[in-house]
Amino acid sequence: MAEFTLPKKSKVIEGKEWPKPEGATNTKAIKVYRWSPDDDQNPRLDTYHVDLDDCGPMVLDALIKIKNEVDSTLAFRRSCREGVCGSCAMNIDGGNTLACTKYIADAKGDLKIYPLPHQAVIKDLVPDQTHFFAQYREIEPWLKTDTPAPERERLQSPEDRAKVDGLWECVLCACCSTSCPSYWWNEDRYLGPAILLQAYRWLADSRDEATGERLDNLEDPFRLYRCHTIMNCTKTCPKHLNPAKAIASIKKMMVERRL
Amino acid sequence: MATDNRPLSPHLQVYRPQLTSVLSILHRITGIALAAGSLLLVWWLIAAATGPTAFDTVQSFIGSVIGRILLLGWSFALFYHLCNGIRHLVWDSGKGFELNTVYASGWLVVVAATVLTVISWIAAYVVLGGAGS
Repeated sequence: MAEFTLPKKSKVIEGKEWPKPEGATNTKAIKVYRWSPDDDQNPRLDTYHVDLDDCGPMVLDALIKIKNEVDSTLAFRRSCREGVCGSCAMNIDGGNTLACTKYIADAKGDLKIYPLPHQAVIKDLVPDQTHFFAQYREIEPWLKTDTPAPERERLQSPEDRAKVDGLWECVLCACCSTSCPSYWWNEDRYLGPAILLQAYRWLADSRDEATGERLDNLEDPFRLYRCHTIMNCTKTCPKHLNPAKAIASIKKMMVERRL
Repeated sequence: MATDNRPLSPHLQVYRPQLTSVLSILHRITGIALAAGSLLLVWWLIAAATGPTAFDTVQSFIGSVIGRILLLGWSFALFYHLCNGIRHLVWDSGKGFELNTVYASGWLVVVAATVLTVISWIAAYVVLGGAGS
């Protein structure tokens, strides 16, 4: 059921303002969502002033600088720092994206950073993704075949291989799913754009032989059909993929197999 | 999902409104408005079947300032829901999903709904001479 407001203990209050770095002339105020499981406080928005003349250009650079030099208690996920691991997904300046590929300069005024929306927060910018990856497990994201394994690998023509372009590049950062209002209200049962794009990745693979079974598992008022083509997913994808189109392709397969 | 000991991260409160989500929620709102507006139509038809006095009551309400504002909103809701419904039909055929196409079709729907509303009101005033519907 859709709840448009935050629970009482989840409401964000004004937090601490850290001092400006001395001698810096080109600073940017960065407001970061903070919550710790170790005290009984509400989440708060702390303000850090980052010297842009002494910082890399990306939002992740600023977060690492804050953690290294100002406040080591700040928690966030990061790994590759070049947009291929999907770890540093967060809500930056009102939209979901990867902190490592988002320019600080893109945000006008104060830069606000929250965890991915409508998720349970473990600490600061780290959301609990247990449910998200359980949903990924549910679509059985591996090659399924009935025919005997060939002597060598299962071959695929270049044309068939091209059909999974725009799908295999997904890094499962969850930016799209957590940008989707439908996923916010029904994430317990709706699979969400990221998982459905992954589901289509296997439906579109010429080597996979479980198409009917996969479609059976998706044919459900909630799992698939909570997609109302809002398009926030495609708008926000940091890899410029098109989850909405993948979902529409699944819906089309559902219709076509009945004709 | 929020658990007992973990807060729920902000969602509607922090997510920037954008054409994609705004037009989507507007589709729902106009759908609800049309459902409510159809009651007005039913009221009008029942009044017409009841007799001249009842019909005159409804007519004077529809012709009043509040009635006309409601009609204006209702006609825009009708045209917006119609145009965006066609947009959804195209999407259901699997076409028009590229982001620039989504934005172009979105703005087209807004402009078309506005233009159709204005044209129909101009037509109504010209034909009926502003005497109400």
